[in-house]
Amino acid sequence: MNPKPNSPAPVAAEETTGGSAVIAWLIVGLPLAWGVSQTFIKALALFK
Amino acid sequence: MADTSSLPLLDRGRTIAPAGYNRWLVPPAALAIHLAIGQAYAFSVFNKPLGSLISGDPAKPDALDWTPTQIGITFSIAIVLLGLSAALFGKWLERVGPRKAMLAASLCFGGGFLIGSLGISLHNIWLLYFGYGVVGGIGLGIGYISPVSTLIKWFPDRKGVATGMAIMGFGGGAMIGSPMAVALMGQFKGIAPQGVAPTFIAMGIIYFLFMQFGVWTIRVPADSWAPAGYVPNAEHSALITTGNVSADNAIKTPQFWLLWVVLLTNVTAGIGVLETASPLIQDTFSDKIMGVGNGVTAAAAAGFVGLLSLFNLLGRFFWSSASDKLGRKTTYAIYFGLGILLYCLIPTLGHNLQLTLYVVVACVIISMYGGGFATAPAFLSDLFGKYQVGAIHGRLLTAWSTAGVLGPLIVHQLHDHAKEKGLTGAAAYQNVFYTMAGLLVVGLLADLAVTAVNEKYQEKGPVTAEAGGH
Repeated sequence: MNPKPNSPAPVAAEETTGGSAVIAWLIVGLPLAWGVSQTFIKALALFK
Repeated sequence: MADTSSLPLLDRGRTIAPAGYNRWLVPPAALAIHLAIGQAYAFSVFNKPLGSLISGDPAKPDALDWTPTQIGITFSIAIVLLGLSAALFGKWLERVGPRKAMLAASLCFGGGFLIGSLGISLHNIWLLYFGYGVVGGIGLGIGYISPVSTLIKWFPDRKGVATGMAIMGFGGGAMIGSPMAVALMGQFKGIAPQGVAPTFIAMGIIYFLFMQFGVWTIRVPADSWAPAGYVPNAEHSALITTGNVSADNAIKTPQFWLLWVVLLTNVTAGIGVLETASPLIQDTFSDKIMGVGNGVTAAAAAGFVGLLSLFNLLGRFFWSSASDKLGRKTTYAIYFGLGILLYCLIPTLGHNLQLTLYVVVACVIISMYGGGFATAPAFLSDLFGKYQVGAIHGRLLTAWSTAGVLGPLIVHQLHDHAKEKGLTGAAAYQNVFYTMAGLLVVGLLADLAVTAVNEKYQEKGPVTAEAGGH
């Protein structure tokens, strides 16, 4: 990103801190994946 | 709301992203808040334990035990407070920034659990109402809207994707909250009746800590920031404004109230399915109708409820992202148009005992219910600009609170009436679905009536961050 005023074409930020974004997504993604898996297991009973 | 200006780390100025900040860190920060507060959807997991604190046996309640109605009021209070606090604190949030608001939300939501735990320990339902319902409900409202305008500012090119990702968390929160509560109650069963009070304490602490990830990760973009290659207002739609409308002016426009009706009807209809999902599928496909051993059991019905939760989550991301391409008005027209057809089809599928198709249709309906929530902030941003969009969204959420009362009321009235007439199986629910389809017609008409906001409502001159712009 570019914090300078009046700059029409800022630098893309994605290239600089990709690792921290991956960790951040894991922090929220893992509990969510656990919740989804629990729900999915429960939902299987519907099709038995 | 308390002034926290003595804590400089929380000031809006300290949350402006430094050079090189990755905007993809913002959706996880928002998700941390929404995954936590989405636990509210799983409150029913406490119904039986809370109803047997004295007797110790849900099947044989004591006269002093809380009734299901008494316990259910806790959730209703929380949802009403969600809408009210989102409406009341929206402008404050825009002024102080997302970090302070998220911290306030975490304190209220976590604190609500702790006060609720005290209410459970003392067997004082009013303290439970105050804790989880009022204090926790305020946390829900502030938390729900806290990341919305920040996400829209970081993702002007993908507003639907960004808000869909966050609001998806609210749908997913129950999937974590429900099994976690069951596991904790099992763990604490030996030290307190049903293990509920210590579970409330543990969940209050866990959610508070989890929300801190969002609090300390969230950043707002600098005034001049824009995504690389982004061309403002490149979208060709008459509905997308180039101006900015304040929250106070927004509620004077017909567009705001049309969207209010759109959200109200979509949510009321969806709640109609969610509210009755378990008894609905068990009554429609019972042993009596399907043959002994072939009916839907209670465990299978719980699976059906879980599947609906999953599609509620997926719909929030899928439909909101699709709205970036389709346009918001078209997306809502799909929710309503397709919804009308599917709501009318469901009773027929029930009569014909087509279980698989029945489940598929219900899942599509619930995906559009979730999509309706997630598409709303981007629609508001299109119509009113990004200035105070969080506050406008907060005011719109009063439609949700209204639907939270209206939806179950309609369903129970119609279903009770059908049962009094001796109707059983799918027939006992068909008027519920036809009424909801009628509501969706109203929503469709409201959506089709949405036009661009008159320029007279727009702010004159530049807007400032302190006033809620950025």
